[in-house]
Amino acid sequence: MSSDLARLGVAEAADGLAAGDCSAVELVEACIAAQEAARDLNVVVADTAERARAAAVHADQRRRRNEARPLEGIPVAVKDIFCTEGVATTACSRILDGFVPEYESTVSARLWEAGAILVGKTNMDEFAMGSSNETSRCGPVRNPWSPVDGPSLVPGGSSGGSAAVVAASAVPAALGTDTGGSIRQPASFCGVVGLKPTYGRCSRWGIIAFASSLDQAGPLTRSVADAALILEHIAGFDPRDSTSADLAVPDLHAALQGNVKGLRVGVPSEYRLDSLPSSISDLWEQGIVWFRDAGAELREVSLPHTRYALPAYYIVAPAEASANLARYDGVRFGARSMGTDPDELYTRTRRDGFGEEVRRRIMIGGYVLSEGYYDAYYLRAQQVRTRIAEDFRQAFQDVDVLLTPTTPSSAFPEGDKTDDPLAMYVNDIFTVPASLAGLPAISVPAGLDEAGLPLGLQLVGRAFDEVTLLQAATILEDAAGTFRPPTVAA
Amino acid sequence: MTGARTIVGATGDWELAIGLEVHAQVATQSKLFSGAATAFGAAANAQVSLVDAAMPGMLPVINRAAVDQAIRTGLALGAEINRFSVFDRKNYFYPDLPQGYQISQYRHPIVGAGELRIDMPDGRTRVVGIERLHLEQDAGKLVHDRSATDSHVDLNRAGIPLMEIVSRPDLRDWEEAGAYLRKLRALLRAIGSCDGNMEQGSLRADANVSVRRPGAPLGTRCEIKNLNSVRFLMRAIETEAGRQVALLEAGEIVHQETRLYDPQRNETRAMRSKEDAHDYRYFPDPDLVPLQLSESRIERLRGSLPELPDETRERLIRDYGLTPYDASVLVADPDAPRFFEAAARDRSGKRVANWIVTNLFGALNEAGHTLAESPVSAPDLGQLVGLIENGTISDRIARDVFDEMFRTGASPQSIVDARGLRQIQDTDAIDAAIDAVLAANPGQLDQYRAGKTKVLGWFVGQVMKATRGQANPGLVNERLRQKLDGDGEA
Repeated sequence: MSSDLARLGVAEAADGLAAGDCSAVELVEACIAAQEAARDLNVVVADTAERARAAAVHADQRRRRNEARPLEGIPVAVKDIFCTEGVATTACSRILDGFVPEYESTVSARLWEAGAILVGKTNMDEFAMGSSNETSRCGPVRNPWSPVDGPSLVPGGSSGGSAAVVAASAVPAALGTDTGGSIRQPASFCGVVGLKPTYGRCSRWGIIAFASSLDQAGPLTRSVADAALILEHIAGFDPRDSTSADLAVPDLHAALQGNVKGLRVGVPSEYRLDSLPSSISDLWEQGIVWFRDAGAELREVSLPHTRYALPAYYIVAPAEASANLARYDGVRFGARSMGTDPDELYTRTRRDGFGEEVRRRIMIGGYVLSEGYYDAYYLRAQQVRTRIAEDFRQAFQDVDVLLTPTTPSSAFPEGDKTDDPLAMYVNDIFTVPASLAGLPAISVPAGLDEAGLPLGLQLVGRAFDEVTLLQAATILEDAAGTFRPPTVAA
Repeated sequence: MTGARTIVGATGDWELAIGLEVHAQVATQSKLFSGAATAFGAAANAQVSLVDAAMPGMLPVINRAAVDQAIRTGLALGAEINRFSVFDRKNYFYPDLPQGYQISQYRHPIVGAGELRIDMPDGRTRVVGIERLHLEQDAGKLVHDRSATDSHVDLNRAGIPLMEIVSRPDLRDWEEAGAYLRKLRALLRAIGSCDGNMEQGSLRADANVSVRRPGAPLGTRCEIKNLNSVRFLMRAIETEAGRQVALLEAGEIVHQETRLYDPQRNETRAMRSKEDAHDYRYFPDPDLVPLQLSESRIERLRGSLPELPDETRERLIRDYGLTPYDASVLVADPDAPRFFEAAARDRSGKRVANWIVTNLFGALNEAGHTLAESPVSAPDLGQLVGLIENGTISDRIARDVFDEMFRTGASPQSIVDARGLRQIQDTDAIDAAIDAVLAANPGQLDQYRAGKTKVLGWFVGQVMKATRGQANPGLVNERLRQKLDGDGEA
């Protein structure tokens, strides 16, 4: 029975708790047990079991007193990039060894205020820099879709642990962060729903920064409705984040019941890459058919600056990261390697504390911002960014959402691309443009490739129009069905 | 450049060009991007928020009060207020800089070109160009005296709001530089945007100094950092200009570099040269949105400005007949004009101003008091001048009375009464004193009669002495002449 409970989605679990079919204690125990059973996946990096058990007892008491909140007793796993009060938070970097925040990120705090319970801090690429979860100092995550006797497949990244733990049915929902695709790409690789809200929809306060102008928190779940439900509770203005939008949060869960007739779906021609595997282009065509069958109007649109998105992203994000990560200097918190003077202290601390990919991006960032190169790289990339946003604005004059593949491939074996950073960066080719434009985007599991691995399709919406985006996502979901890894499937 | 000093070298005259960068701490309750307090003198690290300590995931939020003060200062400098300005990150590593970057304004400052008028003691007036004013955060400080081997960091100052006010290289000598800094301090204090306290570090200046032959283009400049008093500023500039002239006259060249002034040795020393200058890799801080100012906000702040020092100065000259120099000295202290006007009610403004500028300021300076701490109140100083004007006491007695007022805080009337200092106007009493003096000094009397009329002054002195200074000196003079040059009855 307990493993069945861990398989419940957010809405199902909430209904079960409300109906008295199960208790929060049982639900939390089921998730703890499922995470324990999935230990070989290496999804969880900080043990939260004792706290979770205590919180579950408290949740059941509230429910008995008729004080249950909307997410009372719902277990949620949280990427190790969210600062969680009293729980070690390291962004899976050696340099934050031993760091236990005295504060809670706004987004996670909102979940706990709504009654949800932290069950597991999840593995991730170090400082969210990576597309395979292999840069984590806690070791790689095994994708639950990996063949039982075959090579270990990556879960994608950087929110690899969050995607894998949800795919393994070891928690109903997890929080991730998306900078250039870090929610959507692992969601696609693991066969779950991953939603990146509009930039500014959710507060960044208390989230360890990678690239401030791109980072955005969002949910990974096994259904679109669950993603909507979680987003509803984490979104909203936060005066402590100057870039958060002072806008009301719509009733997203209820909006899913709305009518999608007349929906105009755009298909960007620039995304039709010759190199795209047929399994992915076929699935994309299938998606178009599903929408047409559901009564939507399909239109070809053009996003002419698409091919500049990836290079622009790999300038802007490292530039911001190079400054954001300057605070990890061994002076006030985290790991320190001693030196005889400040410069030596910094050099040793940062050399020992940061992994190779993080060091690479700091170097790239420092380079593109340096005197004499700023105009050619950083400024140019920002100009490209403006053009890309303008492309989308134009396209959204004619359509309501855009439909694209999420990734150019399915999950690949561990170690496959670790020696080739550029091949790794190409993973983000379809996800990065929406990130640069700050638009909401969602990856919905849409099918399996010939190897039986999940593939997602991506929908991109207008800024702050998550309602339409989620409505469109339900069409895909209804048509495609849901997917569970063979090892987890009943 | 009439009036400005030149340096007379062995090979001819040299002119100076000086520009000042003044860092003024904005008078606010809290820091520029965090809610932490800014009070001076708190225990080390007692006023540090999570943002100031650059804990992971913390975000800056602009302090509107600091922005308002920068705008008010810009308006008081007659400067352009930029409706759009941007905060940039200035990247460098130092243990007192927790973020690893300083948030400043580089490409788009909040205030553009303005000007400041300075009045020199010789009556010259100069208008000094202001290039820009921008907002930035202060760093913390290193404490080296707690331990023989370790340094400590105090972050109380970290994040304190500063206005950096940059002048054009319009100043022509150290006197002008001193006058500029004094005038700027007076302006800031008058409008309340900075307390101007140089001892506590609320106001510091960096001086860019270069020398050139009269009429030649600007020479290579050196920047002298962190001058924290007007006196040191002036001496540092004079010393540095001398060093540069000596170099050039010896056929050497001036290297552009940053230097420190050592007041003990009265010399400047190289700190770092341009070659090893930092590349600060400025870029817009993605955690903050650009600052956009509405017309109504600017107008509201314009309306909040008090009478500015230049306006007060003009009014004092016009309404009280003060000399331009006395008026300038009075407006240099924001408390002085009000003090003056209270003291000058129904008195000669010129005489009151003279008493304040010469006697009161001198005594305050010697005692190390500010005007606000003056033991002599404005009404009492006015009363003292009144006693001189109505002939009750002489100027000389008044100086003694003032000394006692300054020592004890007593009113001049009570001192005059208690000590019986009232001037003797009674001719009978004066005549009696004269008779006694003449009778006691027959030798001098003979000298006078023999034509040595200079002895008259000696007799006046003796009579004054005999009356303990209380005789009206005019009357003594008059009666003495009558007796000596009259019918000769004595």
